[in-house]
Amino acid sequence: MDALMLSRLQFAAATFFHFLFVPLTLGLSILIAIMETIYVRRGDEEYLRMAKFWGKIFLINFAVGVVTGITLEFQFGTNWSRYSQYVGDIFGSLLAIEATLAFFLESTFLAVWVLGWKRLSPKLHAACIWLVAFASNLSALWILIANAWMQHPVGYVLRGGRAELQDFFAVITQPFAYQIFFHTVTGAYILAGFFVMGVSAYHLLRKQHVSFFTKSFRLGLTFALIFSLAEVIQGHIHGSEVAKIQPAKLAAMEALWDTQAHAPQTLFLIPDEKQERNLAEFGKIPGALSMLAYHSPKAVVKGLKDFPPEDRPPVLLTFVAFRVMVALGFLFVLLSLIAWFKRRKLLESPGLLKILIYAIPLPYIALQAGWIVTEVGRQPWIVYGLMRTKDAVSPIAASQVGLSLAAFIVVYTLLGIAAFYLMTKIAKKGPEPAPAAAG
Amino acid sequence: MLLPTIWFILWGVLWAVYFMLDGFDLGAGTLMPVLAKSDTERRLVYRTLEPVWDGNEVWLITAGGVTFAAFPTTYAVMFSGLYSALMLILFALIIRGVSFAFRGAVDDRRWRALWDFCLTLGSFLPALLFGVAFANIFQGLPLDEQGIYQGTLFTLLNPYGLAGGLLFLLLFLVHGSLWLAVKTHDELQQRAAALAKKLWAGLLVVAVLFLLATRRFTNLYDNYLNQPLLLLIPLITVAALIAMRVFMAQGAFWRAWFASAATIVSATLFGVVGLYPNLLPSSLNPAWSLTIYNSASSTLTLKIMLGVALTFVPLVIAYQTWVHFLFKDKVKADDLGYEEIY
Repeated sequence: MDALMLSRLQFAAATFFHFLFVPLTLGLSILIAIMETIYVRRGDEEYLRMAKFWGKIFLINFAVGVVTGITLEFQFGTNWSRYSQYVGDIFGSLLAIEATLAFFLESTFLAVWVLGWKRLSPKLHAACIWLVAFASNLSALWILIANAWMQHPVGYVLRGGRAELQDFFAVITQPFAYQIFFHTVTGAYILAGFFVMGVSAYHLLRKQHVSFFTKSFRLGLTFALIFSLAEVIQGHIHGSEVAKIQPAKLAAMEALWDTQAHAPQTLFLIPDEKQERNLAEFGKIPGALSMLAYHSPKAVVKGLKDFPPEDRPPVLLTFVAFRVMVALGFLFVLLSLIAWFKRRKLLESPGLLKILIYAIPLPYIALQAGWIVTEVGRQPWIVYGLMRTKDAVSPIAASQVGLSLAAFIVVYTLLGIAAFYLMTKIAKKGPEPAPAAAG
Repeated sequence: MLLPTIWFILWGVLWAVYFMLDGFDLGAGTLMPVLAKSDTERRLVYRTLEPVWDGNEVWLITAGGVTFAAFPTTYAVMFSGLYSALMLILFALIIRGVSFAFRGAVDDRRWRALWDFCLTLGSFLPALLFGVAFANIFQGLPLDEQGIYQGTLFTLLNPYGLAGGLLFLLLFLVHGSLWLAVKTHDELQQRAAALAKKLWAGLLVVAVLFLLATRRFTNLYDNYLNQPLLLLIPLITVAALIAMRVFMAQGAFWRAWFASAATIVSATLFGVVGLYPNLLPSSLNPAWSLTIYNSASSTLTLKIMLGVALTFVPLVIAYQTWVHFLFKDKVKADDLGYEEIY
């Protein structure tokens, strides 16, 4: 393999791994902040114990998220130096702003939160976790503004052989950035909601720490229900935005080869990229794609054949990932609705509790699938319409990248095992017993 | 060329601040197996670092991010050219960063030993490699006309590069042992103080040799000969280095730590100012060097980033200083129990 393919694999591996840990921190930080606020307001010690218990799991995730996040910032320079040189004027400044505004804030105040229980008043201490939650989400916003610029470059001018900033305001306010942001963080909140429900279900099924985990479950459920409903609506708006600005991605998401009015959506099919057609189509809904993309069944949707082959993204992966994401998205609505109707008789619903334990990995899969659609669907471009991925790679030896990729796989696998072991251990052990109420 | 020059100075200052801040936790992490004899003492070492290490490391992200934003071509060439060295630093920072969160989570001796090892190795490697990298930047990298690095990891391990590595390592070790001398009690504190004095002697020798070698291997002194007023910077380094030892002898370890901080900052700035207007000099042909003229971002980007930096960096300094005051007292054994989330 050449340095390009190895660098792509390395970036994919690094991003995939990073994004296994970050989404939980985005949502869980807010849930912990809510728990601690309830404690401060009502003085209910159980909510304090909840904040501490979920805080332990949060910390493991945060630590892995931080160290794997540094990798990503470094990799633009190490592996994608031509990209960095070409767009650093815009992209680099977004990353630098993220560090200055958000990353400092979350790292500094998380340490204060962890170690400052006795040093701060309860209100000030709760304010620290709110700052962490705010800063984590602010960090996501800046990173996703940067990503949105790669998806849909705006506010730039080509000058002196590179893209230079022309309109900063256009870059940071482009609607597509906020589409991506809301879509991603909403997904992350769903994940946090299902995570809290799943871990709580494990204990409720065993009828241990019942009050503690009923309260946790309720909070997780509220989160999961609100945001899984919101995600369906937001996802639809997001999709029609993609149709407008990245038509090739949309065509790949639906494996649509021929440009047509009344474009259908097909539930199952096997795309054949060589023959430019689909095998074994099943469950065709005529006009559905035109309707979803342009809100009219008559609208013409551009097919893949209208794009030169060198401008088309990989179809199979984009198509399958999109199907997985959407199917899971609807499943989350269904599961949260069922959980909502059974919320007062959780202990009598062991079936539901079991399903919710096994549902913990599903939002993780949905989020990764979503990123596959976003990033694979953008290919062959690294900056859509502006720079191709193959022109972006560093002039470095393949052997160097091969070695670092191997090292990443080994280190990340071990790290993943350690983190998974710790999270499982903490989650299964449950909260520390209440100090005074024990006797 | 005012704006790129301002950014060049900010660039140097950010790296200097990063070395000053992460310097003590990298140094203390490296020295932990030497200084801490029992599990309690090791936990005390961790505990002195826990409130601040992550906040310190963000300065690296910011220094890297600012290199990317203000001098994208320099960022591209520096990070791809020094690929293997940076990957090593990266893996070191990864295993080190998680050891803070992972170590205390399982009550098992071997588990703790594993993460202690990660902390030590993960602290030692960056301390050494940042020095190697910057010394090589000072003397020039083999960059061709397209800014492509014509060398390997081993090209960096030349005598001057290694001397730079040793210098950084010693600076950080002294800085870290002084931190522990400030933050701990009793035997651990005395051991750290004694070691700081010993290491200081080594640092003095290496620093003098490095300054002499700098004359031989680099062009850093040219700027100083043209602008003798700038010689104040290396003079501050020398004065701070000597003051550090004086304060140590008086047992004034906080002052010694600040003198050490001033040494690190001024030593970094000595190199950076000597580089100006180069960011990455080419050892193959001076015309191929990356400078503030040929690698800076557009005026608009530099202006916006200046606004961001001048607004938010003081804010960061303010709240990070507040954190230092919040955790200003020495760490005691009974802090270990109740304050931790575990």
